[in-house]
Amino acid sequence: MADTALIDLRNVSRVYGSGDIAVRALDDVSLQVKAGEFIAIMGPSGSGKSTAMNVIGCLDHATSGSYLFGGVEVASLSRDQRALLRRHYLGFVFQGYNLLPRTSALHNVELPLIYKGLPVAERRRTAMEALSKVGLADRAHHDPSELSGGQQQRVAIARALVGSPKVVLADEPTGNLDSKMSLEIMTLLKGLNEDEGLTIVMVTHEPDMAAFARRLIWMVDGRVERDEPTKGAK
Amino acid sequence: MLWETIRLAIQAIFRNAMRSFLTVLGIVIGVAAVIAMVTVGQGSAKQVTADVEKLGANSMMVLPGQDPMMQGPGGAGYPMFSMKDNEKVQRELDSVVLSAPVGQIRGVVIFGNESRSTDVAGTDNRYFEAVKWEVAFGRLFTDNEVQSGSPVCVIGETVRKDLFGFANPVGETIRVKKLSCEVIGLLKSKGASTFGSDQDDFIIMPLKTFQRRIAGDNDVEMLFLSIDPNQPAEKVKEEVEILMREIRRIGPGEEDDFTVMDMDEIAGILSGITAILTGLLSAVAAVSLFVGGIGIMNIMLVSVTERTREIGIRLAIGAQGHQVLMQFLVEAIVLSLIGGLIGIALGLALAFVGADLLSVPFTPEIGIVALAFGFSALVGVIFGFFPARRAARMDPIEALRHE
Repeated sequence: MADTALIDLRNVSRVYGSGDIAVRALDDVSLQVKAGEFIAIMGPSGSGKSTAMNVIGCLDHATSGSYLFGGVEVASLSRDQRALLRRHYLGFVFQGYNLLPRTSALHNVELPLIYKGLPVAERRRTAMEALSKVGLADRAHHDPSELSGGQQQRVAIARALVGSPKVVLADEPTGNLDSKMSLEIMTLLKGLNEDEGLTIVMVTHEPDMAAFARRLIWMVDGRVERDEPTKGAK
Repeated sequence: MLWETIRLAIQAIFRNAMRSFLTVLGIVIGVAAVIAMVTVGQGSAKQVTADVEKLGANSMMVLPGQDPMMQGPGGAGYPMFSMKDNEKVQRELDSVVLSAPVGQIRGVVIFGNESRSTDVAGTDNRYFEAVKWEVAFGRLFTDNEVQSGSPVCVIGETVRKDLFGFANPVGETIRVKKLSCEVIGLLKSKGASTFGSDQDDFIIMPLKTFQRRIAGDNDVEMLFLSIDPNQPAEKVKEEVEILMREIRRIGPGEEDDFTVMDMDEIAGILSGITAILTGLLSAVAAVSLFVGGIGIMNIMLVSVTERTREIGIRLAIGAQGHQVLMQFLVEAIVLSLIGGLIGIALGLALAFVGADLLSVPFTPEIGIVALAFGFSALVGVIFGFFPARRAARMDPIEALRHE
């Protein structure tokens, strides 16, 4: 059971359009991620790393091949069932933070719990815990516009964590941040992985950031070119 | 969860308070118009009933012709009644308490340099009793005056005001056509009727005086009956009709050449007219509601487009399509309900002022308020659905990429 991959892509292709203008964003990708892993996906622009991320996050679907999440064939799920899968098992961190504007940090973090149907008091408490974990308990009632980029990304991480997901998917989490803040965010993610066994799949184009992960996937032209442990393991 | 959605909707609406207000203006105007129209309309209907009561509940009018309400006075060629007809009705029907003969034309009354065109009527004291009309000053006719056809008259408040200003008219002599007659009494004011006709604009003299000196014939244009309140109006009406057919020698199978109207019937006709007017105006108001609904749809579409990214975020973190649909639908409903509430308040205020201006009672009804409230919710559902569905069907990846 421990050996079963949490994320299991088998010969997955994702083709946009058809005929002459068809674009193979993913081309026969096979990739297994076990619980507790921290992997970084790197590659040049257009190499398919974002598409891979969207397919793994059940936001997009494979054109061919098979994607099993926790043993479940995602292609067989309806749109609403995939939403439920995201709600209960996945957390997302985006490059642009994607927090709701004019909405307090606390309320942003509460958002996934609202869809989980938690009562208000429990929601508030859980959201505060998540904010504390990212060190922003004292900023709970600030709007995103009142927070620095690094703080906003930490709120986004708290939002990804708050529902106790099995996997956190981070798409260029440090893409908008300066190096000091990037380091902060990466340290935070690494800590979550090591201390809490959180599975993290991260897309990045910065080797320094990828070095925080324990395994590196290198993609070119929609294919996995290299799949290896990171050297540094900082 | 629903409460959460409603709270969210209210937040979103107040985030763009000015835009939201302009959006709901159509609903506000529509609802306010409906409420105001219907409330004032119902007040008018009540007023009609009250007027008829004033004129005398349990009373009936016998008029020549088949449809006197439509063809106006004069009977259009149908034979008039006579004093004898009236006495026969009075005598032979127990269910008729009083039968007053009435003759009536338009005429000019003159006093000094003042003159006024008014209703000139001839009758006897039974009429005042049947109509429950009281004397403010002076007296009504004596039997002698009625029998001999004396040149005396009682006048209404409007005529008094016009001819005499603030002076006491009793004892003065006024001229009607070629007749000089003495004012012996002033009747208490009844005010304007629902449709604005002045009920105090008349002079009344004994029937005989009227027939000889004014009309120049022996016609009676109307019998005004006061009926026994313990008898069903339908039955009395039938009795009067049978007797009138006999008096006017109408054979079996021939149509009546007269009409008996009881006051309930008249009230019904008048209320019917009010209802039609109210209905028409409300239809216009309903169009405004429809236009208001389109305004809501428009702004909800703008809102959905503006918040594409938010929708993407919600879908990504696990919102299902129907939950996003609900969010925007509830927002549209809350928006139009806010409009509805403002409209209800405004409509009631307008109705209050309008009722005062038209001097009809202000009678707000919970039913129509509830209806307006429900209708604005319905507008929200109908016009909010399309934008909400568009939001719910968005592709999360596209939505997240949206600038």
